[in-house]
Amino acid sequence: MSQPIIISASPHVHSAKTSKKVMYDVVIALIPAFLVSLYVFGISALILTAVAVASCLLFEYLIQKYLLKSEITIGDGSALITGILLAFNLPAGLPIWMILVGSLVAIGIGKMSFGGLGFNIFNPALVGRVFLLVSFPVQMTMWPTAVENNTSIADAVTGATPLGLIKEGLMFGDTMTNISANLPSTMEMFLGISGGSIGEMSALALLLGGIYLLARKVITWHIPVTIIVTMAVMTGIFWVIDPESYASPLIHILSGGAILGAFYMATDMVTSPMTRKGMLIFAVGIAVITVVIRLFGAYPEGVSFAILIINAFVPLINTYFKPRRFGSKIKSKIV
Amino acid sequence: MLKTFPKGGIHPPENKITSSKGIKRMTVPKMVTVPIAQHIGIPAEIVVDKKDKVEIGQVIAKSGGFVSSNIHSPVAGTVTKIDQIIDLSGYKKQCIVIRTDAKNEANFEEKEYSLITEIQLDPKEIVQRISDYGVVGLGGATFPSHVKLNVKEGVKLDYLIINGVECEPYLTADHRLMLEKTAEIIVGIKILMKALHIEKAVIGIENNKKDAIKQFKELTKNESGIQVAALQVKYPQGGEKQLVRAILGREVPKNGLPLDVGVIVNNVGTIFAVYEAVQHNKPLMERVVTVTGKKMENPSNFWVKIGTPIKDLIAEVGGLPDGTRKLVNGGPMMGKAIKNTDVPVTKGTSGILVISEEEASRGKAENCIRCGECVTVCPMGLEPHLLMNLSEKGMYEKASSEDIMTCIECGSCSYVCPSHRPLLDYIRYGKNIVKKLETSKN
Repeated sequence: MSQPIIISASPHVHSAKTSKKVMYDVVIALIPAFLVSLYVFGISALILTAVAVASCLLFEYLIQKYLLKSEITIGDGSALITGILLAFNLPAGLPIWMILVGSLVAIGIGKMSFGGLGFNIFNPALVGRVFLLVSFPVQMTMWPTAVENNTSIADAVTGATPLGLIKEGLMFGDTMTNISANLPSTMEMFLGISGGSIGEMSALALLLGGIYLLARKVITWHIPVTIIVTMAVMTGIFWVIDPESYASPLIHILSGGAILGAFYMATDMVTSPMTRKGMLIFAVGIAVITVVIRLFGAYPEGVSFAILIINAFVPLINTYFKPRRFGSKIKSKIV
Repeated sequence: MLKTFPKGGIHPPENKITSSKGIKRMTVPKMVTVPIAQHIGIPAEIVVDKKDKVEIGQVIAKSGGFVSSNIHSPVAGTVTKIDQIIDLSGYKKQCIVIRTDAKNEANFEEKEYSLITEIQLDPKEIVQRISDYGVVGLGGATFPSHVKLNVKEGVKLDYLIINGVECEPYLTADHRLMLEKTAEIIVGIKILMKALHIEKAVIGIENNKKDAIKQFKELTKNESGIQVAALQVKYPQGGEKQLVRAILGREVPKNGLPLDVGVIVNNVGTIFAVYEAVQHNKPLMERVVTVTGKKMENPSNFWVKIGTPIKDLIAEVGGLPDGTRKLVNGGPMMGKAIKNTDVPVTKGTSGILVISEEEASRGKAENCIRCGECVTVCPMGLEPHLLMNLSEKGMYEKASSEDIMTCIECGSCSYVCPSHRPLLDYIRYGKNIVKKLETSKN
């Protein structure tokens, strides 16, 4: 026999699932949305994504090699996802140095300062995005229009996202009927021709990827479905009471990164609860805070803030919403 | 919808490559090594001396206390050695070595027992005979059966559950036994029902053994008290708490036993041993062992005499294939890796599994990505990731309050972990220390 017999404790078999496969499944799921962003914003979406991904990987490498002097794990796919998700949450045409700042904050502060993969409390991409949003509010809300020709750079000209238009309109005392005239149609929002960050364009593309993640069992329905249903119910109540002052649930769900957040950001394994029960609480929390910010806060969107706020509660949720221990209820049911 | 337990569980590839292989009789070994501690509890006391001649089925070690069991000689021959020898546990244990008498025909005759359905003994005599003939739980725990049947007065039992689940991948010993000894097992069930004064029995079989389910259903058609429950295939359904939950919907309380919900669980192998002991006065000195592995030339199921060295079994199926990296006593989920092929088969050996290089290598442990898979699959509702951390950091009291002791060590957590974290290794370690702390407190 060439190799000696080895001894180890049971189990002696393992499912083929690895962290790497999980990460790359997420990357695959993001491809449709990426293609839509290329279609809508052309080369500037490519530049944005490439810079964000490359810089996230580079910063993780540099921090691991020179600061932490630890093992280099940039191949595990997590920094790649952070890069893509960060890019997806930024407007096309953002200056490159700002993207670099966002990546540094996402990886350096959002992830590595906590100890790297698995130890961070907040979603790294969102930490980067929110840092940029509060530091450079003007550039971060300058939404370019769709390009005519895919090879040209997007022009940073137009105004606002659908939710931005609504918020502005309502602030000036306009009614929803009047505002709606300037909004893209529901179908356009669904397919992906409206203003916003590059990754939140097409609800359809994001849902496709979401279905892939569900089918591959990378995520479960608990977080995304609960977020969307809760948002729909809450915004629906306001809309039914006063349709002239509140946007319809459909607009809320199809725009402002709700689907991107619900399927890809809130479901981040590291920063979401461990149990199904905990996931439901977590998702309801995100939806409630998002709707409160959108309807009563200064920002038209709010998914990013909501996720980051609830991320902070995840350890608490994990402590209080434990799985029910087998045999802890001594109620025997005789069949 | 077939029944199953509701929380947790996994679906590892079944790999039951020997399920159509009938049980063959293993060549009688030239030498048997019989450990005196093959059961849970106090080791038996040796009652033979070196150079003694022993008959087949003779008691060579007597039950050493209340929770203990008799040990019988599986062959006729001469005691050549009584010494500390490495057994399946990997530790040196007291063993009796017997050289088989090649001239004694009793060693080689294959007795065909005719089915005896009439149960003449009364409950007390049944338990006595089970005790005399060294029957222990053959599902793996090897708890002496007569102790289990000695139910304290005042405990009300209403169900006998027969565990024919065999949820471990690869193993088919119970499956084959159920197919080949169906009628005997049914008599065995009736014997236990009589001994325990129980009116109802349910045989739990997973749905990947449709032939066994069918056969039992057919033969129990006219038995009002005996039912067959086809169960969904899900590991670890053979765990008795999961099985009771699956079949009856009753949940055994934390740190409790099936007795607490009026149920007693026995493995099909045990039931067959009970049948042979009670109806044919045959001691437990052989059992069915699955010898298997993906690259094995001729994997199969065997009737093996207790004390047969593992290497004989391996030789019988064509030797160790190239690239063998691991030998497992039992199934791949809960079996124990062994290194020394001289160790003998004992009452608790249900299978010998040969694992090749590709399957044996464990992935490198990476950071926990907090995916929660371990929590989802834990059939006991525990948080394996948390228990591992607590054990690793030495926070044993906290681990104890997080119910580390209720872990059944099924290994589902380690199986699914995408970061290949050694969850169960650390939980076992933590359990050992918590157990020590608890005993030192008392």
